[in-house]
Amino acid sequence: MTAGKASATDRILLSHGEGGKRTRELIGTVISRYFSNPVLAPFFDSGLLGRIDGEIAFTTDGHVVSPAFFPGGDIGRLAVCGTVNDLAVCGARGIAISCGLVLEEGLPIETLERALAAMRDAAAEAGVLVACGDTKVVEKGKGDGIFITTAGVGVMVDGWRPSPEAVRPGDRILLTGTMGDHYVAVLVARQRLSLSAPVLSDVAPVGGMILPLLERFGSRVRFMRDPTRGGVGVTLNEMASSAKARFVLDEERLPVRESVRGVCEILGFDPLYLANEGKALLIVDPSAAEDALAALREHPLGREAAIVGTVEEGAPGVRMRTLAGGLRAVDYPVGDQLPRIC
Amino acid sequence: MCLAIPAKVLSIEGDNAMIELGGTQREASLMLLEGVSVGDWVIVHAGFAIEKLSEEDAAQTFALLKEIMESGSDEVH
Amino acid sequence: MKFIDEFRDPAAVRALVEKIRRDAGDPPMRLMEVCGTHTASIARSGLRSLLSGAVSLVSGPGCPVCVTPDGYVDAAIALGHKPGITLTSFGDMLRVPGKRSTLEKERAKGIDVRVVYSPLDAVALAAAEPDREIVFLGVGFETTAPAIGGAIRTASDRKLKNFSVLPSVRTIPEAMAILARDPEIRIEGFLCPGHVSVVIGTQPYEELASKHHIPCVVCGFEPLDILLAVSMLLRQKKEGAARVENAYPRGVAPEGNRKAREVIAEVFAPCDTGWRGIGVIPGSGLRISDRYAAFDAERKHGVPVIFAMEDTPCRCGDVLKGKILPPECPLFGKACVPEEPVGPCMVSTEGTCAAYYKYGGGLR
Repeated sequence: MTAGKASATDRILLSHGEGGKRTRELIGTVISRYFSNPVLAPFFDSGLLGRIDGEIAFTTDGHVVSPAFFPGGDIGRLAVCGTVNDLAVCGARGIAISCGLVLEEGLPIETLERALAAMRDAAAEAGVLVACGDTKVVEKGKGDGIFITTAGVGVMVDGWRPSPEAVRPGDRILLTGTMGDHYVAVLVARQRLSLSAPVLSDVAPVGGMILPLLERFGSRVRFMRDPTRGGVGVTLNEMASSAKARFVLDEERLPVRESVRGVCEILGFDPLYLANEGKALLIVDPSAAEDALAALREHPLGREAAIVGTVEEGAPGVRMRTLAGGLRAVDYPVGDQLPRIC
Repeated sequence: MCLAIPAKVLSIEGDNAMIELGGTQREASLMLLEGVSVGDWVIVHAGFAIEKLSEEDAAQTFALLKEIMESGSDEVH
Repeated sequence: MKFIDEFRDPAAVRALVEKIRRDAGDPPMRLMEVCGTHTASIARSGLRSLLSGAVSLVSGPGCPVCVTPDGYVDAAIALGHKPGITLTSFGDMLRVPGKRSTLEKERAKGIDVRVVYSPLDAVALAAAEPDREIVFLGVGFETTAPAIGGAIRTASDRKLKNFSVLPSVRTIPEAMAILARDPEIRIEGFLCPGHVSVVIGTQPYEELASKHHIPCVVCGFEPLDILLAVSMLLRQKKEGAARVENAYPRGVAPEGNRKAREVIAEVFAPCDTGWRGIGVIPGSGLRISDRYAAFDAERKHGVPVIFAMEDTPCRCGDVLKGKILPPECPLFGKACVPEEPVGPCMVSTEGTCAAYYKYGGGLR
């Protein structure tokens, strides 16, 4: 499986990270087989991106996930999508990303290759180059197989800026699909709770779905976030405080997959607080909301998009109109949810 | 205090059942419940089936609801 | 989802809320939801805002995590620091404060704490890791007691030598009787805990109705279940009646679950026990019976659970007894918040203070 000379060993050794011959071998015979583009190819100390026309967005994201491979995705795909999605929700089309690998001694090179292949495919899907990289190796027991850090550079859609201060009562809150798929897929893959559920992670690059809306609706799309860690509940709280606005969700309209609901009922979790990796939350002027929703639903990643709430007059924060017709607060949770009996 | 969920019994092996809710499956013990068969609905708490659920019993709730909704309504009009 | 969605039907909920508002008296009937899962469900579904002014809902001592004394957490932490011991627990217990620390904080210092969904998962862990001593933190009421007992019996049948339980098991009717007798609390009706009743049936509430003249309705956990039970309590009040009724017939048989009670009787024995914030209630606890003493972590490892009433401005005790609402406690939302709970009612999702804080109590 592993290529050429690097296969003197089929596992990562400390010497793969020490900058000598083995490092060269790993880059030359493994990594460069997945990332071959004119920017990376010369292996200068920096990737030379040339002149870029437009406003630049820049972001970084560290990726640790256990297990590294789970239904619907893996750490490689996550590392690309996490960063390009952070660019996309700021209105930027990703151009280039970096790839910082921290590998644990003993990691099968085949596992590394699977992650690299997934990064390559996700980068192609998102339309970004992997422009530079770095590899370090930590002693066995000091890492969890593989950690990946990516930074990304993107160009903003012309004339668009995230504008939380422009949010007004009456604006609509759009969510591009079901909640909690990523979290539940990883939780189930961990197998610690002996659950099985047909849930795939939603990890995907969302730029292709949401950036065209900015070109079409301009500042009628006020601002966007991707509801990753902490889920829709936490992200909306952060959005409401930056917009100094009161968001009121409609419980009935919040999309949740049946199997994700099943896991939540069993463990006592609230899908509002579960991580997503291929979703976006958008605050949209009411005059554009229905058209934006229709456009989202035409995209393969947005078929289950919904208008999930409205910005209303009142003290900043997040409220929910419940299925039962009551009103309640949606607050920040304390840490991760834990399976409970009560 | 006691989070428990309705789930369907998919299969039984000895004292253990595979139960399902919304496509999610888990093992649950039948140690605390007699006469459970495949296809039954049970209430599961902390990995144990503690009671059987039936359509008839569920219908009773709706009968109670109907009775309550109809009671005292003449005072309103 | 079957047996769930039918009982969340928005149109039926609306109709029933209107009905309750029409039938409500003045002053509003004072009802206690004994069970913490009711508290959480009422808060989560926004029923508190829908019913405000029509009935007064006070929360009772029905969150096992909330009423577990801090001495128990201290004992668990002490056990966890012994070499070779792995603690296993329901997730609820991890952030419950002992006198000085929590299991979550001690885990960061190196004790081995693993969250399980079922006590049987802890037994499986003991079988898989014979070199570790697996201690399960057995917290619960009558609903969970048979599951904990079932795990002990399974470990005994499998002759596992490395499994034990630190029990903190309480029984509800005794606590309800104490509350019923307290003139300050003035409960006019009990929403009886549905899943406890699955095990104990409806008979144990008879004395509350006959002797203390308090209407009792066994109540399920979906919005319609809760509203139905509230309506039935209002109806009893109107009739001047006090009887035991069952609004959760799909879950609760009048005679309860005999087999589950047999497991309790086999593995446990009644004892007096302390409730956090309330005090010692005679006969309200279950200790591990002598027959299964080998599985009692307290005896096996010599780490006693010491109960003492805390000296603290925290008013969880009064909250648990329904004497005050959380915002009336001087610490609520200030010194005591979910990130740094002072009292246990702020810890558990179904703790009264946490539910108030999280979902907004009398939210407009």
